[in-house]
This record gives sequence, structure tokens and C-alpha cells, in this order.
Amino acid sequence: MLRVVNFAHGTMYMLGAFATYYGAQELHLPFYAALIVAPVVVGAFGILLETTLLRRLYGLDPLYNLLLTFALTLVIEDLMRILAGPLGSPYSAPDALSGIVNLGFTLYPLYKLFVIIVALLVCAGTWWIVERSPVGARIRAATENPVLVRALGIDTRRLVTLTFGCGVALAALAGVLAAPTTNVQPSMGDSIIIYTFAIVVIGGLGSVLGSIVAGFALGVLQALGSVFYAPISTTLIFIVMVIVIVLRPAGLFGRAEGSR
Amino acid sequence: MKRPLLLIGAALLLLAIVLPLPPIRVYPVVAIDLVCFGLFAVSLDLLFGFVGLLSFGQAMFWGGGGYVTAILLARTQLDAVPALCIGVAYALVLAFVVGLISVRRSGIYFAMVTLGIAMIQYFCVFQMTDVTGGENGLSLSSRGHYFGLPLENDVAFYYILVAVVAISVWLTLRLVASPFGMVLRGMRENEQRMVALGYRVNRYKLAVFTIAGGLAGFAGALYALGNRLAGLDMVDWHTSGAVVMMTVLGGIGTIVGPIVGAGLFESLDYFVSKTPIGDKTNLVMGTIFALCVLLFRRGIVGELLAKLGRRAET
Repeated sequence: MLRVVNFAHGTMYMLGAFATYYGAQELHLPFYAALIVAPVVVGAFGILLETTLLRRLYGLDPLYNLLLTFALTLVIEDLMRILAGPLGSPYSAPDALSGIVNLGFTLYPLYKLFVIIVALLVCAGTWWIVERSPVGARIRAATENPVLVRALGIDTRRLVTLTFGCGVALAALAGVLAAPTTNVQPSMGDSIIIYTFAIVVIGGLGSVLGSIVAGFALGVLQALGSVFYAPISTTLIFIVMVIVIVLRPAGLFGRAEGSR
Repeated sequence: MKRPLLLIGAALLLLAIVLPLPPIRVYPVVAIDLVCFGLFAVSLDLLFGFVGLLSFGQAMFWGGGGYVTAILLARTQLDAVPALCIGVAYALVLAFVVGLISVRRSGIYFAMVTLGIAMIQYFCVFQMTDVTGGENGLSLSSRGHYFGLPLENDVAFYYILVAVVAISVWLTLRLVASPFGMVLRGMRENEQRMVALGYRVNRYKLAVFTIAGGLAGFAGALYALGNRLAGLDMVDWHTSGAVVMMTVLGGIGTIVGPIVGAGLFESLDYFVSKTPIGDKTNLVMGTIFALCVLLFRRGIVGELLAKLGRRAET
């Protein structure tokens, strides 16, 4: 969206999960509160990173951003390893969400249903904010032509910072949601970032709808793949990525962009 | 600009020669790693520094070349030299195919696409346990025969390696100074203009990508021979990331800089692993690299050259 590729996004996801875990351990923070607190805390951390470090690189090739966030990923991950140990800790969902629900055609864990609903709501909300609301219009304008937008009296810097913070907060929210289903560990962001990249490439950079659709479609595809031929399920997403790049270089929903 | 570069190159060669000798006495096996990673970083620099394409999947060629060579040595009676050649050929072909797909994109997209394709190979290596040894990697009982002769002495292997790598680096320097290299620089500076001048930009990109892939495959094959091991970490994306760090740290677009970067990176890795923080090397590397990106983007050799150049002007 911002033409800023955040390699540290997976790390923020991990931090979100850890914030939930420590929130519960140290402050007895209930899960529902963590859903809000963790993203805010991690989002603030993201804003701090953006204003102190990333901002210095905006005039340069966006690749430098990629490199810096990559470095940050390594640093933060190792710091968490020192703080929390490499093994990770289990975190359980609240009792109210831990049952099984009967959907009529199948039995389904209530927590997963809850995650799906929250995810759908958040996705829809993000899409609406970016594509339909006045703030979203400004963000899109600021990425397209920052000079003109600044001339119109809009503080693009603050806008960029805010958007970055929101992006980080979303990653953290994903981390909170994932905390009860997986083991909370420092390397959990590591594997997810590669998949996220593939999804964004398939969906088209800068297209929220594209990423959402690609993300869900690939989740389904991966599940189907693991049913029919297990070894392929991990690779499938990248194979799809290659096919998409060959057929539609801009991604499924990407607008044909100029350079980079 | 040209002379200091050659001087640094000569100094590095000298350093490489004295590295295992008495006053310094680096273990030959560690020295072998240094030199192999140096060549690997050079391959990335050829791509990133001269065409502006940042590959985040360069380990697929490094690991690919390494694995193919190791598999041939472990499972057939082949001499090591043809095995090495086949390993490099594999990397070249792979790079050509991947290049066909990826050079259509540039910038961040290019980085992501190369990363994604590298992951496909990673999972293939991971899952074809009976051929590649899966998670355990593939260890060799010997380095094989070279034109019928064994080469198990680490020091002897190291010196042959230094000679081979020095020739490769020299050839790379020649390549970037050639008219072909000039076209590449032109593309990096102003791609549209080169298109307007009638150059088929994507063909040049594909050519460089293939050469860089072959070079990385060569380095990887040498690394696998040197360590008698092709491990899963060779195809892992962390290795791709590490080599990017080495290259940028040393100085992109300088060819000899990445060797400095690789040397520094590997020796830091070696020393940090002996300190109490032990396996938290990424913490140190990441911090140094972040500072590098923020403060001295030209890298060590790049800054050095800039200083020398400024002094020459005054």
C-alpha cells in the first residue's frame, strides 16, 4: 500500500502473540481485552520504528526499506529469544470460546469460528476504510502523488506513519488471534512472512481486496491440497504465485503500475 | 576508480593466501567457508549492484549447485570435477528458468518472486528424503577424486579454492568492465533510456541473472565439497538473507566489496558464537546491518572508494 515492504511484519505478528501471552501472565489481561490492547501496543511500537528509523529511507530505493526491516526482524526475533526462550509457551483461549459448535452440517471448534468471523469483519473493515472512506482516499492519493497531496495541505508524513501503525496493528491482531491455536514462540513470524509475501504478490501489491481474496483462496487451496496430496500443500502457494506472475505480472487485482 | 579496486582485490588475495599460515592460523575449514561465501556474495553483487535486481532467493542456486554436486558424488562413481560442472550447469539452467519468470518484475516484486521460487526448491529438497537426505542433509565420506587424485588435505584444497575463486572474481571484474557491463550500468541508471536506445533490457537482465546463478552454484558446489556436506540450510531463505547482508555491508557494485563483507560476516559469526550470547548471532548481525543501511549505504569498500576518489580530486 505504502510502497513500503515491511519484512518485519511477521515479527509484529509474533509480538502480538507475545503481548497476549505476557498480558495474561503478568497482568491477568483477559483475551478479549488483549484483542484490543495488544494491537495498540504493538502498533505504537511500529509507529516508533517508523518515525525513528524507516522514515530516514523514504527518499531512496524502496529496496533499502526491505533491507532495514529484514535486519529489524533478525534483531527483534533474537531479542525475544533471549527474553522468552526459544521454545515458546502455550496459551489457551477463554472457556467461553473453547467448545464445539454444531453448524448443522458439521461440528466445528467454536474458537476457529470466532477467528473466522473476526477476520472477515476486520478484512471488510480494512477494505472499506482504504477503498471507500475519506481517510482511505487520502492514503491512496498520498501514495500516488505525495507532492500534490502535500500541496493540498495534508500532512502526508503523519498519514504514512498512521497507516504504517495500522498495518502493524493488524499484524499484531492476527498474532493475538493465532496465539491460542499455535504455540507462542519467537520464530512463529518467520514462516508466515514468506506466505504473506506470496499472497501479496498473487493478490497484487497495493490492493487490499486482492490480498484478502488471495489469502482466503489460498487457505482453501492449501487445505484441499493437503487432503489430496499432502507433500504439495506447502509448495502449492508458491507454484500458484509463479503461475500468476507468468500470466498476470501485476497480480490478480493489481493495477498496472509504473515502475516498482 | 579502477586502480584502488584492483589494489583492494590484490590485498584480499594476499590476505587469503596468508590466512591459514602461522601468525593468523585460521582453521582451513573456516577459511574455506570464508572464500566460498565471498564468491557467493560476488554473484549477488553482480545482480544487485550492476542491474539493481535484489534477489532474495540466491541461496537456491548456491544450495542447488551444492546439492547436485554432493548427490553425484555420494551416489555415483563420478570424478569430482565433472560432478562440479554438472552442479554448476544445474544452477545455470535453474537460473535461466527462474530468470524467465522473474525478470519481468523489478524492485520489491523481484525480491519476493525469487524468494517464493526458492521456497519451492527448499520444500522439494526437504521432502525428497531418499535423494537429498532431507533434514539431515547429505554428508560425503570424502571430497571425491580430482582427475583421479584425492584431495582430502584441507590446506591443499583451500589453496586450490583460492586460486579458482580468484580467477572467477577476476573474470567477473572483466565482465562488468566490458561493453556488456556498461550496458548493465546503463540499465541500472536509466532503464527507459536504454529501452529507447534499442537495447532489449530483459534479455540482458536474464543473461546476468543466469550468470549470477551459475556463479552462486559454483560457489555452493565448492562449499559443499569443502565441508563434505550439503545441508538443508544451504537452500534456506535465511542464507539468501545472509548473503544480501554480506553484499550490502561490503559495498554493492564494487565486486570486491562483497568479499570483504562475507569475510567480516563469517568471522563475526565465528567470534560471536564463542561469546556468552552464543547462538544469538543474528542480534549482532542485524544491528550492524541496520546501522549499515541507515548510515553507510555504500558499504565498507564503497565508502573507502568514495574517500579515495574525493582525495584524488582535491
